[in-house]
Amino acid sequence: MATAGGGAYSYSLTVFSPSGKLVQIEHALAAVSSGTTSLGIKASNGIVIATEKKTSSILIDDSVIEKVAVICPNIGIVYSGMGPDFRVLVSRARKSAQAYWKIHGEYPPTKVLTQELANVVQQATQSGGVRPYGVSLLVAGWDSHRGPTLYQVDPSGSFWAWKASAIGKNMVNAKTFLEKRYNDDISLEDAIHTALLTLKEGFEGQMTEKTIEIGVVTVPSQGELEAGKVEGTGRYKPTFRKLTEEEIRDYLAL
Amino acid sequence: MSIMQHNGGSVIAMVGKDCVAIASDLRLGVQSLSISSNFEKIFPVTERLYVGFPGLATDVTTLREVFRYRVNMYTIKEERAIEPTIFTQLVSSTLYERRFGPYFIEPVIAGLQKTPSGSYEPFIAATDLIGCINFAKDFVVAGTASEKLFGVAEGLWEPGLEPEDLFETISQTLMNAVDRDAFSGWGAIVHVITKDKVITRKLKGRMD
Repeated sequence: MATAGGGAYSYSLTVFSPSGKLVQIEHALAAVSSGTTSLGIKASNGIVIATEKKTSSILIDDSVIEKVAVICPNIGIVYSGMGPDFRVLVSRARKSAQAYWKIHGEYPPTKVLTQELANVVQQATQSGGVRPYGVSLLVAGWDSHRGPTLYQVDPSGSFWAWKASAIGKNMVNAKTFLEKRYNDDISLEDAIHTALLTLKEGFEGQMTEKTIEIGVVTVPSQGELEAGKVEGTGRYKPTFRKLTEEEIRDYLAL
Repeated sequence: MSIMQHNGGSVIAMVGKDCVAIASDLRLGVQSLSISSNFEKIFPVTERLYVGFPGLATDVTTLREVFRYRVNMYTIKEERAIEPTIFTQLVSSTLYERRFGPYFIEPVIAGLQKTPSGSYEPFIAATDLIGCINFAKDFVVAGTASEKLFGVAEGLWEPGLEPEDLFETISQTLMNAVDRDAFSGWGAIVHVITKDKVITRKLKGRMD
C-alpha cells in the first residue's frame, strides 16, 4: 500500500531551487517560446491581436482551429504555447466573464478579467499535483473606465499592460520590429498592417487568410456610447470581434 | 403581522432637474411600541449615491455592512467609484442570492449617474425583497407607508423640480404620508443629491 499522504510526491511540482528560481516556470516559458508567434498592437482607436495558425500537415482541416478567442463582447484573447492549456483558460475566462455579468449587469473591464485569468495561472504554480500552464496570453479589450487596453499574462501569473508586444517563437525579433514601427498615434488600420508585416518577418511558408488569425477591438464612438443598447437586440454593440477570412484576405492583398 | 411591518419605517426617492432626493422617517419600533426616534435607514454609498433600507431593522444593519463590504471590494478591485446602475444590479444579485430565505428589506436607490459625455443624470430605483428591480423616471416608495406615499407623491410630484423645490416636495410627501401610518413617522431625514453637493436635513414631525 502506498504511504498515506503520498510522501514526497504530494508536494507541489514547483519547488524553489537553491538559487531562488522556479525551474518549472522557466520550462513553461520555454514551451511558450517554442510556440507560434502571436502579437498585439494598441492603436489610437482600437487594438489588433494576431497570430500564426500553422498546421503540421496539409491533411488537417484548419477551418476548425481557433487561436483567437472571444471571451465576452468586449474582450478577446490570443496565445502562444500549448493549445490544450489555452482551451482550458478560454473556458475559465468565459465563465468568469458571465459570472461577473450576473452580479454587475455588464461585462468585466479588461483589467479585472486579466487579473482573474492571472490568478488562475498563478494558482497552478503553487498547487499540488499540477503543472504550470504552458501558455502566454495577450488579452485585448475595451471598457468605459480605461478604454482600449492590451495585457500579457505569463505562466508565472504575472501580467503587464503593453502598447505593443509579441509572444512565442519570434518574440525577440518581433518586439524589436514593433519598437521601430510603433508610435502613439498609429491608427487601427495602420496597426493591422504593422501586425501583418511583423508576422511576415518570421513566417515560414505562405501567409494567407487560412494561416493567420486576427482579432480587433474597436473603440465605440461618442454617438454609439450615448445611444446605449442597440435597438431590438437589448445589447451593446460588441467592441471585440474576429476578422473573417474575407477581411483578412483584403488586408493581405493591400 | 408580517415581518416586513415588525419594526416599521418608510423610504421614498424622487427625481428632480439634475438632482435626486431620498428621504425616510426615523422611527424604530416593535409592532406598535416605538423605541427610537433616531433610527436612520438611508446610507451613503458614494459621494453621489445613497441607498435606503426600509424593513426589518436587524437586516438594515446587516445589509448596510454587506454592501459596505461589496462596494469597498468593487472600488478597490476596479479602481473606480461604483455607478448607480451597477450598484442597483449588485443589490439585485445580492438579494436574489437569498431567494428562499430573504432579507426583509426593500431597498431604494437614488444617485447621479455619470454619462459617456461626463455629465450627470438623475437615477432612482427600488427593488423588492428578492431583488426585482423597478427603474422609475419619477419616484419610488417602499416601507410600511408605501401605499400612502404613492398616493401623496402622485399628487405632489412634477417633472423638472429644482433642488430646493424637490426638497419641499419630498418632505411634504413623506410627512403627510407617514402621518397616516402608525408604523412610520417620529421625525424624518432628507438628502438632496446634486452634482457638487448633498444637502441633508432632519425634520421634526408629529411625535405621537
